[in-house]
Amino acid sequence: MEKTKYHDLVSKNMPKENKVLNCFISFFIGGIMGVIGQLLIDFYSTNLNVSTKEATTFMIVTLVFIGCLFTALGFFDKWVKFAKCGLIIPITGFAHAMMSSALEYRREGLVTGLGANMFKLAGSVIVFGVVSAYIFGILRIIIIGG
Amino acid sequence: MTFNYKNVYLDETSTIAGIYEAEGPLKDYYDKCYKDFYFNEKTFELAEIKLMNESIEILLDKSKKKSTDIDIHISGDLLNQITSSSYTAAKKQIPFIGIYAACSTSTLGLIIASNMINARQVKNAIVSVSSHNCTSEKQFRQPVEYGGPKPKRSTFTVTGAASALLINKPTNIKITSGTLGTVVDLGIKDPFNMGAVMAPAAAKTIYTHLLNTKTKPSDYDMILTGDLGVYGKKILKEYMQKEYNIELGNLQDSACMIYEIDKQEVNAGGSGPACLPLVTYGYILDKMKKKRLKKVLLVATGALLSQALVNEKQTIPAISHAVCLEVCE
Repeated sequence: MEKTKYHDLVSKNMPKENKVLNCFISFFIGGIMGVIGQLLIDFYSTNLNVSTKEATTFMIVTLVFIGCLFTALGFFDKWVKFAKCGLIIPITGFAHAMMSSALEYRREGLVTGLGANMFKLAGSVIVFGVVSAYIFGILRIIIIGG
Repeated sequence: MTFNYKNVYLDETSTIAGIYEAEGPLKDYYDKCYKDFYFNEKTFELAEIKLMNESIEILLDKSKKKSTDIDIHISGDLLNQITSSSYTAAKKQIPFIGIYAACSTSTLGLIIASNMINARQVKNAIVSVSSHNCTSEKQFRQPVEYGGPKPKRSTFTVTGAASALLINKPTNIKITSGTLGTVVDLGIKDPFNMGAVMAPAAAKTIYTHLLNTKTKPSDYDMILTGDLGVYGKKILKEYMQKEYNIELGNLQDSACMIYEIDKQEVNAGGSGPACLPLVTYGYILDKMKKKRLKKVLLVATGALLSQALVNEKQTIPAISHAVCLEVCE
């Protein structure tokens, strides 16, 4: 059988992923994450008497900590599996990716295992985060002058 | 290439399973089940070595033999440099052949052992395979604790080890023939879609076996494929019909039998070298001993993928080897 014909046969037999439901769950949970983030910013800025900018940093640190802790406790992967991009796109996804790699390679030593592999999944987030920050920064200077 | 055997028999077998398999429908057929992924070891890799080692110990116990009584040990697994097999072999000190044919390792091992027994080079042989969900996830996919969702077409690597003792003296189950398959590549690049990668290899091996042994699918009580999964099985049936004009009415797939597909979170079913032997050495042999199945064709299928070549966007080749088991009257 030719490859193209076989590919048609395969795609005919593939299960349909429920994209609409997946999008809705991700949108809903991602929204809840946004609300939680906002509540944390409000909490820190009113109770600790810091500026909104500083409170935002505190919020990020809190969510990263929670993401890491829940991953280490072993149930966050089930939440992520359910919520999908609702938990992967927010900063919790970054924490989860980093922590799960760290846990996986801890047994191979602190330097050769954990240190070398911790950013296995999250590394590309950092690399392309920095690259896109540069590109958009330069675009911003060119278009609106800073 | 098909080999016919005159004096190769299956003596004892042993199976050890992990948590998910122990919750599956075939839980009563395993010799031993573990309730966690570590098996009281520190790492997943050590856990898999322990699994394979224990499966051989159970086998030796059941057959009342010592490791010095065994002429040859053939084994394989999924890890790089087939470490679970070599580390087990280091403990057991039986002359050792390490083999790799991904998830079709079990039947390849049976064929090599049967050839050696049939040629009277050895009197007996142990064939073992193992796979561990967490070591495979780590090597081929993502860290175990990472929860990124997987598509429905993906399969779930079986945790378990299985060993079989082949001898040259009659028992109630005989290995009558075996077919070595060729590597087939129909251009699938999706590492989640192993069923589609392996189905043409299985079809080609089944066709070759039927042709060389002059048999029809209806001559077998069951044709049992390795780990195609729910969708791979459908693809195989349709492909077999279109390409070779053969209807596979009695086709079963171990991947669909080892788990309760609807209840357990395993997507399209099980996979891994241990999938077919866990089903066969427990459930199928039980049915054969009770004479409910008399002739079974085992068709293990393996996707010969490497992470590097998948990332380099290359297609995934697959292979399949078949072994025919018959009840001795």
